[in-house]
Amino acid sequence: MRELSQPDSMGHYGQFGGRYVPETLMSACIELEEAYNRYKNDPDFVAELAYYRKHYIGRATPLYFAERLTQHVGGARIYLKREDLNHTGAHKINNAMGQALLARRMGKQRIIAETGAGQHGVATATVCALFGLDCDVHMGEVDVARQELNVFRMRLLGARVLPTKSGSRTLKDATNEAIRDWVTNVETTHYIIGSVVGPHPYPMIVRDFQRVIGEEAIEQVKEQAGRLPDCIVACVGGGSNAMGIFHPFSVYPEVRLVGVEAGGHGLDTDKHGATMTGGGRVGVFHGARSYLLQDQFGQITEAHSISAGLDYPGVGPEHSHFRDQGIAEYVAVTDEQALEGMKLLARTEGIIAALESSHAIYQAAEIARTMAKDQILIINVSGRGDKDMVQVSRMMGVDL
Amino acid sequence: MGRIFERFEALRRNDEKALVTYIAAGDPSLEATAALIRTLEAAGADLIELGLAFSDPLADGPTIQAASQRALAAGANTDNVLAMVAQVRRAGATVPLLIMTYYNLLMRPGVAEFCRRAAEAGFDGLIIPDVPMEEAGELLAATTAAGLDLVQFVAPTSTPDRVRRASQLATGFVYCVSLTGVTGERTALPPRFRELVQETKRHTETPVCVGFGISQPEQVREVCQIADGVIVGSAIVRLCGEGGTVEELTGRVGAYVSNLKAATK
Repeated sequence: MRELSQPDSMGHYGQFGGRYVPETLMSACIELEEAYNRYKNDPDFVAELAYYRKHYIGRATPLYFAERLTQHVGGARIYLKREDLNHTGAHKINNAMGQALLARRMGKQRIIAETGAGQHGVATATVCALFGLDCDVHMGEVDVARQELNVFRMRLLGARVLPTKSGSRTLKDATNEAIRDWVTNVETTHYIIGSVVGPHPYPMIVRDFQRVIGEEAIEQVKEQAGRLPDCIVACVGGGSNAMGIFHPFSVYPEVRLVGVEAGGHGLDTDKHGATMTGGGRVGVFHGARSYLLQDQFGQITEAHSISAGLDYPGVGPEHSHFRDQGIAEYVAVTDEQALEGMKLLARTEGIIAALESSHAIYQAAEIARTMAKDQILIINVSGRGDKDMVQVSRMMGVDL
Repeated sequence: MGRIFERFEALRRNDEKALVTYIAAGDPSLEATAALIRTLEAAGADLIELGLAFSDPLADGPTIQAASQRALAAGANTDNVLAMVAQVRRAGATVPLLIMTYYNLLMRPGVAEFCRRAAEAGFDGLIIPDVPMEEAGELLAATTAAGLDLVQFVAPTSTPDRVRRASQLATGFVYCVSLTGVTGERTALPPRFRELVQETKRHTETPVCVGFGISQPEQVREVCQIADGVIVGSAIVRLCGEGGTVEELTGRVGAYVSNLKAATK
């Protein structure tokens, strides 16, 4: 067994991670870390989280043997970890729920979040409604305009959506704005960051709340197949669903972990979100040291992906560490291939996955094809595709 | 000892406080910035912070964000800002100059290489708000090797232990953040900054300057009663963004800064 990856006391994963934030936020990061360490093994906290996971989110999510997809591909036995069946339709709520319970114990009545496509914003607005917390979601003005449905969902749930007007007016700028809001209101406000990014302890906390995906999958695959899988495939934007399933499996060196980045229009263009596989370089962004897309002077460049959830120029520091240490491998899948992945799963299994997850589906089919029939591959289906139907229909030439 | 130390010593002898001014390099143009450095110096600015624009300035409020965007759109980058400063130095500017920017711009060429080139161009110090003490190891080694000062921050949320360590680590001056928030003009300063300045001064002989939210002569006078200097950024940057010729711009900024400087005496 490989030793479980953990950050050092300052939040470093090898050379990555850490805490690159203004001094005003240092105490808040330390306070959050201390609160998390105090509660993470507290029996009441653990029991409460378990209760809401089961009765509210609807966990455990199934591990489903995709028989027709397996036959169609003609290689390894493919299983699907059905995070799309969570309440609100994606894995994002695993983290939002854990952090909201933590914020309540820390006595913070106001919650802020950043969101790109709106999935994390909806998950955060949902748990805030559930617990009666004030909720402000920062969202780039461009995204507000193109994700009307999720903006409406958040408002219906009682959250305020604050359009970010700075920079490129997308996810990275919404994250800057959320950090600025946190700096300003740090004493009353908890920031629920949506992925395994940001200053320590966020990458660790978000990972730990998402680890439930991998922990369940280990139990389920052992029960159903009598052994560990040979390969796990998950999409990587910031990387929270991937880290959630990878991390528990990462102690088994025999399990191949494959993270799929957004190849956009292709890695030979500048329109992609492939931070680790598309020429990103080590830098500091949003509070952590990691690979990131940047120009020759260190200015952050805009990412592109068909899927808003992968449209981010950075990546969680522990993924950078996993990549450099060879604990996981990373590849990129283009917009077009992701669409193929979406259609493939829809037509073979009757499951419409999110465009993000469809990147993993495409790559998983490619890998499974090269594997033996008695081998096992698990795809993390991180979210459902309903949110993408208008966009996909347009790309297929259908006007809804 | 360098220009920053010398300047604070001279101020102390004259019983004056320091006026530290910030402008975004390259906003609206590098030529304007070069002219503005001379204007600020002539108007009595004791130290000048030049903002090296970053795409994602998370410690800055709307005014400096907009200025950073304008500077980037006008083509400002590390290379041409350093070249412009080298030229301003050759032309005789003696005012202490600091770069204020974010860490990624240092990491891209290499932290040591960036510091070496900044010192060579004529800068005296660095202010990097996203590098707290805990992560400052590589940066400190590089600034020390290059002979640059490295300003450290203390904030209203800093614990007593952090205030002590930051004040002892700082070179040049200690940047006391007046409020919990981002840069930008405010009508009034929260009273807590007074205690923070006093606490900081108990730990160090290094000058303590207060910034964030300051734009009015009355605020400057209030701060100068207890601190060694005052930092004004967004208000000047706003004047820079109001358009017009370089002469109009330097005229506007010069008049405003002279007025502020008078409040430090």
